[in-house]
Amino acid sequence: MIELRLYLAQRISAAIMAPLVLVHLGVMIYAIQGGVSADEILARTRGSLLWGGFYGLFVIAVAVHAAIGLRNILSEWLHLRGLLLSGLCWFIGFALLAAGLRAVAAVVGS
Amino acid sequence: MPMPNSDHIKVKVWRGDAGGGSFAEFEVPQQPAQTVLDVVTWIQRHADSTLSYRFACRVGMCGSCAMMVNGIPRWTCRTHVNKVVQDNRLTVEPLRNLPVIKDLACDMSEFFDKWKRAEGQFSGTNTRAQAVAAISPAEPARRAANAAIECINCAICYAACDVVSWNPGYLGPAALNRAWSLQNDSRDRRHGERLRAISADGGCLSCHSQQGCASYCPNELNPTASIAGLKKMAASAFFRSR
Amino acid sequence: MKAHRRQPLYLAFLLHRLSGLGLALFLPLHFYVLGRALAGEAAFDEALSWTEGPLVKLAEFGLVFLLAVHFFGGLRLLALENMPWSNQHKNYAALAVAIAFFIACGFLLRAV
Repeated sequence: MIELRLYLAQRISAAIMAPLVLVHLGVMIYAIQGGVSADEILARTRGSLLWGGFYGLFVIAVAVHAAIGLRNILSEWLHLRGLLLSGLCWFIGFALLAAGLRAVAAVVGS
Repeated sequence: MPMPNSDHIKVKVWRGDAGGGSFAEFEVPQQPAQTVLDVVTWIQRHADSTLSYRFACRVGMCGSCAMMVNGIPRWTCRTHVNKVVQDNRLTVEPLRNLPVIKDLACDMSEFFDKWKRAEGQFSGTNTRAQAVAAISPAEPARRAANAAIECINCAICYAACDVVSWNPGYLGPAALNRAWSLQNDSRDRRHGERLRAISADGGCLSCHSQQGCASYCPNELNPTASIAGLKKMAASAFFRSR
Repeated sequence: MKAHRRQPLYLAFLLHRLSGLGLALFLPLHFYVLGRALAGEAAFDEALSWTEGPLVKLAEFGLVFLLAVHFFGGLRLLALENMPWSNQHKNYAALAVAIAFFIACGFLLRAV
């Protein structure tokens, strides 16, 4: 029943990200005018619990979602199976989670 | 070298067996209202009697004559040559995703084994001593079952499915479509067992909804819609069991 | 492309898979650049200055398109799997691509 759990985790993480992606797209289109600078980004995010929670949740959901999506590709297109497949999938998920949370801490922490 | 003849079709036919093979070329006289099966039969009768292929009813009922025609899975007995011919050429191959026995005849064992793995057999509760179950044709479940029921086991959907080719353990559109029609049959008593079978690895959750099955099903069934229904059943059963 | 794959919803599948793959491959770079803020504002600015080039702007347009098309394509799949069946999915898939392109163009117009 691994597939049922993966299927549900994939869809639930997608549903969680749906509103987050919309906001993210909006912020990007808003912020890109005149180029992006460290000043501008950090002024928005530093010390903000709201942005911290927003991006923290985003990173958790994307780590789950991307790891399962890549698992499908590795299995269907590269025919990986068994321990190698699940090991790689867990590694990708945790690597994205760690790198993502570090990035959130970098822009939110002061 | 004879001149190419416009009242002849150039037909490439795959010849070989499980060990491999190659294409043989034939020139087949064109006839009015000719089907692809007519073309294959002409080759077997007049050009090469060793050509192997499978057919039975010739009227789209039995589901045994499916082949790849110009790269697309089709029921050859109901496929008119003039609908599929390209530049006066036809390429006929055995169905994709199934092992070849010889030439155009595939081994259908795994297709039917998966039908069984998906609990594709009806198991009722009533005996012949009891009255026939009264089921209104307007009932939503009965309508869902009816929409999926006219499958002739031709394996065209199975040949069209990329998930089958990427994951040989996948049950495939036909078996899952069958499971969906039985899950909607109130007389069947194995709904629980079947739900477990189709929720397991290689079941309905592997489907990517590309709808190749629905695009090429000769009876215009939509296995993707059936599989989407099964996914909902599998997901809600998971949350109910928590 | 194999003949049986020449149908719109296979292309929609392929676009969804490749856009997801592209986004997943981009994420480590994205997180690296943001992570530079740990080394101070100057280091972060230096990492961001890399995004000023016109070719990078075009790549960003591509990334916004990938995100938008994966988003709208994903909404279509969630609807397909969880809502009553619709026979309109070819149209919905085309609509998803159109809206994603529109959004990415909006981004590009504000970027230049």
